[in-house]
Amino acid sequence: MGEIMSSEQNEIILAIETSCDETAAAVVKGGKKLLSNVVATQMDIHKKFGGVVPEVASRHHIEQITMVIEQALDEAGMTINEVDAVAVTEGPGLVGALLVGVNAAKALAYAHHKPVIGVHHIAGHIYANRLEKDFEFPLMSLVVSGGHTELIYMEQHGEYEVIGETRDDAAGEAYDKVAKALGLPYPGGPEIDRLAQIGKDTYQFPRSYLEEGSYDFSFSGLKTAVINKLHHLKQKGAEVDTENIATSFQASVIDVLVDKTYQAAIDYGVKQLIIAGGVSANRTLRDRMSERFKDTNIDLMIPPLYLCTDNAAMIGAAASVEYHKQNFASLNLNANPGLTIE
Amino acid sequence: MNVLAIDTSNQPMSVSIIKESTLAAELTVNVKRNHSLQLMPAIDHLFNQTGLQPNQLDKIAIAAGPGSYTGLRIGMTTAKTMAWGLNIPIVSLSSLELLASNLLYDSCLVSPFFDARRGNVYTGLYRVHHGDIDQVEPDQNIDMTSWLEYLKSLGEYVKLISSTEHGFQSMVSEKLGDQGILVGHSLQLPRAGLLGSLAINKEDEDVHGLKPNYHRLVEAEAKWMEQQQKDS
Repeated sequence: MGEIMSSEQNEIILAIETSCDETAAAVVKGGKKLLSNVVATQMDIHKKFGGVVPEVASRHHIEQITMVIEQALDEAGMTINEVDAVAVTEGPGLVGALLVGVNAAKALAYAHHKPVIGVHHIAGHIYANRLEKDFEFPLMSLVVSGGHTELIYMEQHGEYEVIGETRDDAAGEAYDKVAKALGLPYPGGPEIDRLAQIGKDTYQFPRSYLEEGSYDFSFSGLKTAVINKLHHLKQKGAEVDTENIATSFQASVIDVLVDKTYQAAIDYGVKQLIIAGGVSANRTLRDRMSERFKDTNIDLMIPPLYLCTDNAAMIGAAASVEYHKQNFASLNLNANPGLTIE
Repeated sequence: MNVLAIDTSNQPMSVSIIKESTLAAELTVNVKRNHSLQLMPAIDHLFNQTGLQPNQLDKIAIAAGPGSYTGLRIGMTTAKTMAWGLNIPIVSLSSLELLASNLLYDSCLVSPFFDARRGNVYTGLYRVHHGDIDQVEPDQNIDMTSWLEYLKSLGEYVKLISSTEHGFQSMVSEKLGDQGILVGHSLQLPRAGLLGSLAINKEDEDVHGLKPNYHRLVEAEAKWMEQQQKDS
């Protein structure tokens, strides 16, 4: 009897993620147990261009894809025959990059008569946390990355309600643009976080809370304020204190992220709060969130660093829920760069 | 030998299954549609028509470019992932050579080309002769005016063949006069059946390393290299 139980609950999913500049594959068991997690990053390639060049990313994905899948299966000690389904990020992301993952997943699944599961990239970021600890509903998730700043409310597995989102730049995008204006190397986010540990919040940039009760975000005003300040200082011939600019900018971003997330978590009476996406690797954000939630009975979950950035393990974790709903894609599954989560 | 052959280099999509070394099924679709949506259903259709299963394949053949970047990636990703997954050999053929091979049993020079925008083409020069094909000039990305002047200078009759829409009809007759002709009557469309047949005797390639031949750098890379040269 135990055998039957385990085959129902412990499905093996091979997951593929190619939405931006990481070619990734992973094997996940039962949505919670990571058997392998391979990420081939292109960061050094895009560094020289000062950002991700979509066509360059797509070209590299195609050179990596089968090697990465092979390594993921090898490290899990599995063959494709032992896999129950192939999951892939279908969007959002760079269309040329997504296409490589989607077509690889379909070809592999077809060749071995396995079902394909299309996964939303952000659902993946949220479910990265389930590889650490199971969910308790209702929960709130703050997704912060180069392309996203969203507050997502969940009452059950696989059901997502976006209660707040950025109206202009994503938080990570603001980090990258400010880093560029400061002449910092790509990727700028970690560099700003590093400098922010040294400086002081001397510039007191504006905090954008928008209208009363809104869970939405806006970071373009802040970005412009920082860039204007830099221009102004340069015009005066004054020295730019990069550390203090970094600290002041980051303080403004994080104040808003923490305050809004806290308010949303309280208003919705959630049991868990999940921080997800690339920016959740930010030390200050992690510290400030922990501090704010420590006296509440809300369980704060922040994924370990290797699960914050793009990876396929999270796609496998999110796919498990769809697997149990038998929510399988057809042969004409396509990359969907503007896919919505709701 | 059973071969699955795929060409999605440009707008036409052609797929075929060679069964026991003979063409069993071929599908060519020449409409503006997304290859990512159409390719797997088309392959599934061919398997159903031929009664073969994927695990009965011995080889996969892919037209590796040049062509549309997106089209090339869809075909190449599908072909290499399936070949790797089934642990069978993969072979590739230039998409231009495949098109030139439509005239395999003629005896003449053939210049296949694809429109590459802004007056440029992807092209090359091949000589077909009673079932054989040899490359005379490598596949390249060049402006059509220079290419036609080069062809004219050869002083030999050339058949031009293009599977993409292009605006070079009048330029070809102006530059080449009675020294060349544009092939039509649907003979200008790629045929995966031919690709599969040609693949039977072609040497296997490394599946992991195989990638499309774009014959053009990404603009950002070209600029970066230019900058590096200036700096040094």
